[in-house]
Amino acid sequence: MIWLRDHIGDVLGLTVQHTYLAGVPLILGLLIALPLGWLARRYKGLYPVLIIGTGLLYTIPSLALFIMLPLLLGNGVLNPTNVVIAMTIYTVALLVRTVADGLGSVPEAVNQSATAMGYKRGRRFISVELPLAVPVISAGLRVAAVSNVSIVSVAALIGVEQLGSLFTDGFNRAFMEPIIVGVIACVLLALVFDGAILGITRLATPWQRAGKAPS
Amino acid sequence: MIRFDAVSKHFPDGTKAVDDLTFEAPTGQITVLVGPSGCGKTTSLRMINRMIEPTSGRIWIDDQDTSTMDATELRRGIGYVIQHAGLFPHRTIVANIATVPRLLGWDKRKAEIRALELLERVGLPASFAKRYPAQLSGGEQQRVGVARALAADPPVMLMDEPFSAVDPIVREQLQDEFLRLQGDLGKTIVFVTHDIDEAIKLGDRVAVLRAGGHLAQLADPAYLLAHPGDDFVADFVGKDRGYRALSFQASPHFSLTPERTVPLGATPSQAAGAARDGWILVADENLRPLGWIEPVRLTAPIEPGMLQRGGTVATVGGPLRNVLDAALSSPSRRGVIVDDQGAILGTIRAHEVLAEIEERARPELVPADECEDAPT
Repeated sequence: MIWLRDHIGDVLGLTVQHTYLAGVPLILGLLIALPLGWLARRYKGLYPVLIIGTGLLYTIPSLALFIMLPLLLGNGVLNPTNVVIAMTIYTVALLVRTVADGLGSVPEAVNQSATAMGYKRGRRFISVELPLAVPVISAGLRVAAVSNVSIVSVAALIGVEQLGSLFTDGFNRAFMEPIIVGVIACVLLALVFDGAILGITRLATPWQRAGKAPS
Repeated sequence: MIRFDAVSKHFPDGTKAVDDLTFEAPTGQITVLVGPSGCGKTTSLRMINRMIEPTSGRIWIDDQDTSTMDATELRRGIGYVIQHAGLFPHRTIVANIATVPRLLGWDKRKAEIRALELLERVGLPASFAKRYPAQLSGGEQQRVGVARALAADPPVMLMDEPFSAVDPIVREQLQDEFLRLQGDLGKTIVFVTHDIDEAIKLGDRVAVLRAGGHLAQLADPAYLLAHPGDDFVADFVGKDRGYRALSFQASPHFSLTPERTVPLGATPSQAAGAARDGWILVADENLRPLGWIEPVRLTAPIEPGMLQRGGTVATVGGPLRNVLDAALSSPSRRGVIVDDQGAILGTIRAHEVLAEIEERARPELVPADECEDAPT
């Protein structure tokens, strides 16, 4: 652990970078997946197109995407924006289905009575459908968060600095300690993401914890 | 007043849900749409608040053609109650009730005060205000559904099988309370049910629909039972319609036979001394009937467990059906009649009730072409 003591500042810097590269796409991806998921619910014909289409995005190997995006966008290879965009694509791929299924989990009677009481479509989405879809969306978001933390590390191969850089560094020097520190830091970061999503979900869904009626 | 003017609804697959439906739901009354599944009753209801748009025809609320109104505005002015209540699971009870006032732009406090008022009105404790729907029983949720529909005090209410998902005892309570509430409020209500008993109990007017969305008959309940327009309606209103029609006939001031009573704890000899035709009625200190007993079977002072409780009790001046039922169900064959406080006035036998029924004229038959409005 001598190495860690000497490099704690570097590791913390890489962790911040890793958090940024995995976390920002999570938020962007969710913001993009919400309207797409809504479209997939609203127009039945679009559902398979959107679900299969976005699902296929997830099958693109991350390394290929990290290399292709700079060429497509004209950015420098080392520009972290490429990684943010690539990770956003993966997040969207995971979340469109989740959002669509979450909205689908809202009971039809609830949607009907919302409309009958005079909710316009947009307001109904924001104040009835979305809050009720939170538990399902949150479950998908947790998977996406852990997946992001893991995939981002691959970006070390194209030289974008984050915790994955500890793996390449350790590998190049045949030195285990940075690799172990990197793995532990990734796991801890994934747990922090997971805990944060869980905490926000609990705050957003007090109704889920209310007890049931005695029957 | 809600008026259907030659309204039809054909779905793209060719099914005719509603076919050329014309009728009026008068202001301040309950109009029940009743019929078997597939008769278009729910479709008709949903066309009123434009959840479903008619293929042809017009629906008027008072003098406004609903198709010319903004659908959202229209819906905010119409209360809506459905089966299973359709409450918002993520909102507290008070927030659920305050939904329409909030949509109408009332400030939060005013909407909450109104919601609490309605919570009390539908017979729920104020402690329910901050609970979530899942914490309430089905019957309680349904009450909240009614409160929510009433929140902005809409003149018109649409109710789609609101009481059919709760157990029979709760359903009867909800129906009774609903009638009491409507007695105070006088809303214009269109009520959908598949249950003819519910239709007859709640409706000021009952519209019987048949498959394909045709109006088979529209009449007040007593008339419907006495003069079903065709075999379909006759079949639908049921085989015991003669008996049920007695629900709509007030009983006259029968001359009752005075009945002696004994209290709980009376000895076998006291009971035997007071008995008539082998039976004695046991009453509490306020003369409310507790049950019948046969003194010959008694070996000890009367205890509650010994009483025969099979007999129903009818209130004086109530429906003839209740009086007849009291006589028919009584172990002693003597039907107990009580006053408004529940105290025994006397008894009556079935043949006396039947004699009265035979004296009565049935509701007058109205020629078919006047059926639309006449029997109200």
